[in-house]
Amino acid sequence: MRTISIQNEDGNQIAIQAFPIDEVGANERADFFTKRSVKKDSKLSALYLALSMCDLTTLEGSDTPGRVQQMCAKARFPVPPDLIEPYLIKRKAGPIPSVAAVCVYPSMVPIAVASLKGSGIGIASVSTAFPSGQAPLNVKLDDTRFAVENGATEIDMVINRSAFLSGDYQQVFNEIVAIKKACGDTHLKVILETGELGSYDRVRLASEIAMEAGGDFIKTSTGKINPAATLPVTLVMLQAIGDYYQRTGKKIGMKPAGGIRTSKQAIQYLCMVNETLGPEWLTPHLFRFGASALVNDLLKQIFKELTGQYYYDKVFSID
Amino acid sequence: MLDTESKIVNFEYAPSIEAIDIVRIEPKNKLFIGGKFVEPTSKKYFASINPATGEPLAQIADANAKDVDLAVKAARKAYNTVWSKMSGKERGRYLFRIARMIQERARELAVLETLDNGKPIKESRDIDIPLVAAHFFYYAGWADKLEYAVPGRAIQPLGVVGQIIPWNFPLLMAAWKIAPALACGNTVVIKPAETTSLSCLLLAQILQEAGLPDGVVNVVTGAGETGAAIVSHPDINKIAFTGSTDVGRLIQKSIAHTDKRLTLELGGKSAHIVYEDAAIEQAVEGVINGIYFNQGHVCCAGSRLLLEESISDLFVGKLKSRMEKLRVGNPLDKNTDIGAINSATEFGKIKKLIDSGIEEGGEFFEPSIELPKKGFFQKPCFFNKVSSAFSLSRVEVFGPVLTISTFRTTQEAIMKANDTQYGLAAGVWSEKGSKIHKTAAALKAGVVWANTYNKFDPSSPFGGFNESGFGREGGRHGLFPYLSIK
Repeated sequence: MRTISIQNEDGNQIAIQAFPIDEVGANERADFFTKRSVKKDSKLSALYLALSMCDLTTLEGSDTPGRVQQMCAKARFPVPPDLIEPYLIKRKAGPIPSVAAVCVYPSMVPIAVASLKGSGIGIASVSTAFPSGQAPLNVKLDDTRFAVENGATEIDMVINRSAFLSGDYQQVFNEIVAIKKACGDTHLKVILETGELGSYDRVRLASEIAMEAGGDFIKTSTGKINPAATLPVTLVMLQAIGDYYQRTGKKIGMKPAGGIRTSKQAIQYLCMVNETLGPEWLTPHLFRFGASALVNDLLKQIFKELTGQYYYDKVFSID
Repeated sequence: MLDTESKIVNFEYAPSIEAIDIVRIEPKNKLFIGGKFVEPTSKKYFASINPATGEPLAQIADANAKDVDLAVKAARKAYNTVWSKMSGKERGRYLFRIARMIQERARELAVLETLDNGKPIKESRDIDIPLVAAHFFYYAGWADKLEYAVPGRAIQPLGVVGQIIPWNFPLLMAAWKIAPALACGNTVVIKPAETTSLSCLLLAQILQEAGLPDGVVNVVTGAGETGAAIVSHPDINKIAFTGSTDVGRLIQKSIAHTDKRLTLELGGKSAHIVYEDAAIEQAVEGVINGIYFNQGHVCCAGSRLLLEESISDLFVGKLKSRMEKLRVGNPLDKNTDIGAINSATEFGKIKKLIDSGIEEGGEFFEPSIELPKKGFFQKPCFFNKVSSAFSLSRVEVFGPVLTISTFRTTQEAIMKANDTQYGLAAGVWSEKGSKIHKTAAALKAGVVWANTYNKFDPSSPFGGFNESGFGREGGRHGLFPYLSIK
């Protein structure tokens, strides 16, 4: 077991421990969830659930107010209600859920806030010099404060990989603590950028640090690095969450992000959460998908389940 | 701030049942002798049941000594006139063809295997049948290269081999036996277990369609008496048996006065050692796979878990919560992890051993999962804090029952692992390479898995020490029992 020593905010030395991970075994176990067969009513409810867990995301240099407004409209009504109403009635299915949140850069937070007023949809903002995190801490704090002051309800920060990979875990810890403070009551998701960490052992260690430092969620990736979210990496993080819960009684959330494009993949993730942490984690409060293309595939599959046929793709808006 | 309290969703997997219409089961199944399906001279048939429902699946011919004699004669004729004269290359072509046909009919074979045996479709589909094909492919490759298996030595096939196989991996055991025998130029009389004859008979049909010369493989179905007729037949050159240690002993005694060759693959009580520096989550998964794979009906099942005392509470806790997630039920459901116990006899045996374990005083645990109302279903379970002196630590259960005890040092782990009459397999979990090597070298077991368990490959030899039998199957070593080497 890997043990590192960290000084916490109160000046006390605490030990952070991480179990070693056997890569072959973790991959094998993750692969198991690709073989679960979710059909019929279970499939429909899984699709609804997955949709309600999506953080609809746009994180491009080219994002403009217009683009963000359009995405927010999609977040509210993923599919025009009139279009689907007759099928819902026929199948006695509930209304199509809106997504959990939108995820934008801090500068776009005011636009998203205005667009989503009264919808109950969360506004997540990336911060801390996303995606690289290569900025001084005061810049990262300002970045975070700006988003929070403008109405972000969730902050997606990146860990300092430079510090992590050079072995300065104290710095990684301190930054998360500082950002958490800057967040106040705003929900904090900590992005580990697992694609840059190089091993599951390190993913496990980074997860432990992030949870110990006060992250409400741990998140795999920025979506800017390949590989982004994978089933095994998410499994390793879910197991860390499970052990943390056993130890502290605190439920930490999980957000795989990047690379999840199909309903089939999304359902595999849900099965994995169900069988690793249990159904109490199957809520948007504790599990999210960071995705954009996924939403339309979920809608397509929901239509397929409701109508019995594959719907013409162009029925759904692109964003 | 987000509200973290919310209702728990009901995330159930709706039944996802594999369709069975691909399989056509004959109501009456004859013997396969001399390339044809023939009535047994006994005129007797017995029922084979679906263990998941308890309902009969089909009637199976009961071969008597006369039927066995006909099968041996057919095999001898095929050996003398065709198979021993054929070049290795030609024999290999037949084996390759059989392997491909098995792949083509994989789904049909998987469904039939699950119906007859009770194992989950997930396993018959993803493990059994692919390994069956792989085994034929592997030995097809050896057929024309036998002289390189033992360089500089003269080799010859043995003649007619009698093979008796168990019910836990019906078709896979048939492949393990038939493929190397044919590759080496022998002809075969094989008897599947009486509760699981159907897939072996479907294999016979495939052999027929593959154009394998008549009599090269003969399938005689029946129970112990049929097996005894094979063992005692004077014109059989070799017996290969996989099954219980008791029957193995009986076979060895009964051929003691003959020059028949013998290989035995018998029972086991394999140790699964988890050191404190193991990758815990993966080790839990490995232990689950080690003992609950195929309902625990695995001769090399990791049925004795040895935990380093410093992690035992943590590990047992994780094991319990993992076991709550195991899905026991209809073997045809694609989401079933553990299927049905193969027969009423085995079911009774397992129940009895569990009762004796409770009496001896181990800490019994079984998850709170629901079982189907009909059929032979057993919850996966374990006994914690078990002593090596308990009968449950020494007797093979051949079911989903694990015993757990602790150790303090590497020496103690090795000592406890070897404290058994068996020696088929063992598993070791540690992230420290040197410790794995040290432990593996000291374990008296035919197979030692490191940081994994129950991994099978046709190129890897398999077999036991002590009362787990002798002879190796798989790999180059698997050829030797079917060759006369000068």
